[in-house]
Amino acid sequence: MRKISLLALVLFGALLLYASSGLPGHGDPEGPSHRERSPAGSPVAAAHYIRHAEGDAASPNIVTVVLADYRGFDTLGETIVVLTAGLVCYLILRRSP
Amino acid sequence: MTSSSRNPILITASRLLAPFIQLFALYVIFHGHFGPGGGFQGGAMLAASILMLRLSVGAERSELKFRKSWGTPVGALGALIFAGTGLLTLLLGGRFLEYHFLPLPDLSRAELHSAGILLIEVGVSLAVMAVLVAIYDDIMEGTGGD
Amino acid sequence: MYLGLETALGLLLLASALIALRLRNLLAAAVTLSVFSFISALIYLVMGAVDVAFTEAVVGAGITGVLFIVVLFHTSRRSID
Repeated sequence: MRKISLLALVLFGALLLYASSGLPGHGDPEGPSHRERSPAGSPVAAAHYIRHAEGDAASPNIVTVVLADYRGFDTLGETIVVLTAGLVCYLILRRSP
Repeated sequence: MTSSSRNPILITASRLLAPFIQLFALYVIFHGHFGPGGGFQGGAMLAASILMLRLSVGAERSELKFRKSWGTPVGALGALIFAGTGLLTLLLGGRFLEYHFLPLPDLSRAELHSAGILLIEVGVSLAVMAVLVAIYDDIMEGTGGD
Repeated sequence: MYLGLETALGLLLLASALIALRLRNLLAAAVTLSVFSFISALIYLVMGAVDVAFTEAVVGAGITGVLFIVVLFHTSRRSID
């Protein structure tokens, strides 16, 4: 059983390495996420963000604009998740004596 | 952990370092528009400075900076600032989190978006700081520790 | 771009993960986990994701390390019964 799992692990690692050889390189300007059009022909969101972020929110950090403005609802959900973690710790750990 | 193991060098060094860490955390929060950082990172750094004080000078003296009972209310206040900004724009005729409906005078549309981002960064940083400190306090409280 | 640097950091990452797994001393393992988080933050930095690296350095190497060590000090290694 141990040998089979080890063999499966090695095979899975080899498969991942083989798949990673097909990825585009770091910062490749011809990569699929940096083109204006996706391979399917629809417009890519990243090009819109890079072009419009500074004009839309008067701040040069595109990451902040995407996190807080274009994807603000996601960040609200993230904050609610953090708050829920705190509340759960409060409910579990602070038992009334 | 116990008060007998308190070291004067540790206490002095951490009390000297804590204000600078908090100042850098505020810089990270309010400079998030122009450089790396933002609400989550700055809030976590504020929490780290308070946890450093909690560990070194002890709970009863570090409570002068942040009380144990404040954790959950301040976290809820941070989430409320975030959601309240969204609801305010909703009430003033926009969509949820559409910042150019914020009631601030003499600002262009892009500057209004910048101000709205700043508001919600402050909310996120308050929530993250309070929740991280509250988790530490809950662990100490639940084991009857310190 | 920085292939040598990335390879060295990746090997360090693997080494710290293996050390954290094999150590019997739990306090040393928690500290090694902080080292793991910091090396992964450096890898994010090399890849150009500065914000992610910042979050990983603050949360992974700072807060979770503190929480792990506090929990370690409040538990005992063997059960009582």
